[in-house]
Amino acid sequence: MPEQRSRRRHVVTHVVLMAGALLMVSPFLWQFLTSLKTLGESTRVPPTVLPEAVRWENYSAFFDVVPVGSMAVNSVLALVLRVVGQLLVASLAAYVFARLRFRFRGPLLACFLVVLMVPPQLFVIPQYEVIRTMGWLNSVQALALPGMFSAFGVFVLYQFMRTLPAELDEAARIDGANPWQIYLRVILPLCRPALAALTILTSLFSWNDLLWPLIVNTIPDRMTLPVGLATLQGAQGTDYPVLMAGSLLTILPMVLVFVLLQKQFIRGIAMSGLKA
Amino acid sequence: MATGTTGTGAPAGVTPARRSGGAGGAIGAGRGRRDRPNRYPDNRWAAILLAVPFAGLVIFYLWPLVRTVLLSLSEGTAFTGYSVTGFDNWQRVLDGGEVWGALVNTLVYAAIVLLGVPIAMVLAALLHQRELRGRSFYRTLYFVPVVTMPVAVAMVWRYIYNGDFGLLNEVLDAVGGPTRAWVADPDTALYAVAVVGIWMALGTNLIILAAGLEAVPESLEEAATLDGAGPVRRFFSVTVPLLTPSIFLVSVLSVIGSLQMFDLLFIMLGRTNPALADSKTIVYLFYEEAFVRNDRPLGAVIALITLVVTLAVTAVQFRLQRRWVTYA
Repeated sequence: MPEQRSRRRHVVTHVVLMAGALLMVSPFLWQFLTSLKTLGESTRVPPTVLPEAVRWENYSAFFDVVPVGSMAVNSVLALVLRVVGQLLVASLAAYVFARLRFRFRGPLLACFLVVLMVPPQLFVIPQYEVIRTMGWLNSVQALALPGMFSAFGVFVLYQFMRTLPAELDEAARIDGANPWQIYLRVILPLCRPALAALTILTSLFSWNDLLWPLIVNTIPDRMTLPVGLATLQGAQGTDYPVLMAGSLLTILPMVLVFVLLQKQFIRGIAMSGLKA
Repeated sequence: MATGTTGTGAPAGVTPARRSGGAGGAIGAGRGRRDRPNRYPDNRWAAILLAVPFAGLVIFYLWPLVRTVLLSLSEGTAFTGYSVTGFDNWQRVLDGGEVWGALVNTLVYAAIVLLGVPIAMVLAALLHQRELRGRSFYRTLYFVPVVTMPVAVAMVWRYIYNGDFGLLNEVLDAVGGPTRAWVADPDTALYAVAVVGIWMALGTNLIILAAGLEAVPESLEEAATLDGAGPVRRFFSVTVPLLTPSIFLVSVLSVIGSLQMFDLLFIMLGRTNPALADSKTIVYLFYEEAFVRNDRPLGAVIALITLVVTLAVTAVQFRLQRRWVTYA
């Protein structure tokens, strides 16, 4: 009797969860279906659900309207540079704060943490001025630099490194290792889960970011994919099928990575409790 | 949103990992002053290893903070340079109506997106049931919008919301609901964008709440079942009260994130949209002043206003938490 009841309840649960899931993914389904239609069909009333004739050409058309190739390269290079830089910078700072004893540790750590509480817009104008002064507007380093030094990574790794037992460092010191060696050979290898989470989150920020790349890289060849997409929308009337094809292509890499590395993604979000 | 991501419960992290008090301090006290250098055995290494991270922090975050404050008090242009003159910019911004409108819009947006939290709670509770099949399947689907690019999904939604041939109007028309140009109408544009905001944040909220649910001891649920409580009663009397710390965390993060909203509005409304003037958020206004109209000092003022608002709203939330959050 109770078993039957719980099974019936599961049916209700499934119906609710399915309906919700459908609402979550239906925009993507619509995006995909539209990406295969002609412009005329995409604006027809009432709309057709399935495309009358499948037009994969819309996907190649996306490559003809904007320099998608260079934009994709820019997005990838900026992502790699930012992730590598952030991992290096953040792990060093986190190690120093979590494992070393030195003067002004408290105030220096506070400097990093204060930055976390400040909305990003406060940094944007001067960051832009710094990049311009260096002559780096419209470059890959312009896209990646500020994010490399983000205090967010320091915070995530610091929280993790604090949980490692102090005996690790002490044992290594007795063996004659210096702090650099301890960082490299003892602490860093133990931080793999946290580093993985940070890699994933930083990649996500970098790939999806709009405001900063929109400001610093304004030449079409130097734009990232989201900025390119944004300009595409305004540029020439709106060719919805091409727009849908293009936007689908740009979200695909992150969705694939997510499906493959789901566990790490979810751990990353739960660990840092952040809004992507 | 990424350059200096506004983070998490940062204040909690300030506790130093180890203090040279306790036992070590007692021994040191017995031996006198000669041991003092040992309190900081790593000064040199800390300086070496921290040099690059700290230089970056100064150049890209700490100096910009100072510079933004100075800019907000300055007059000039990028060509002539800026000189500090006083509070004129502040007066210009605060006397004008635009910033207040944007502030109201942003708070309304944040409030609506907050409605996504109860939805996520129900979903999290449903997904938490033991022996439910396909849990990870559902979790994956609900999470997809979190990893997709806001620019791309905003385009899809803009197309769906279209007044002439959008999917939403077709569906609403079929069931006899109201149809209109959702994102071109000043009365609905902000709400239409906020619905997308809820949709995008649902996965994140769900993950954090699910993690909170894992920590709720099953024995309590079982005890409530034995006492004859049905699923709805258990949800409100057992699950929700025990989950309040996670609900609080999710709410704070949701509001902080909402106060940063830019991408969705930028794409879904577009510069020529008739509803834009009445729907601007504070970050949109910042972008427009600082980088479209190129009035950097005014942009700096608006940026500082976002800081004040974010701190104020978060402080209010922390204050209110005493009334409803129970820490077991």
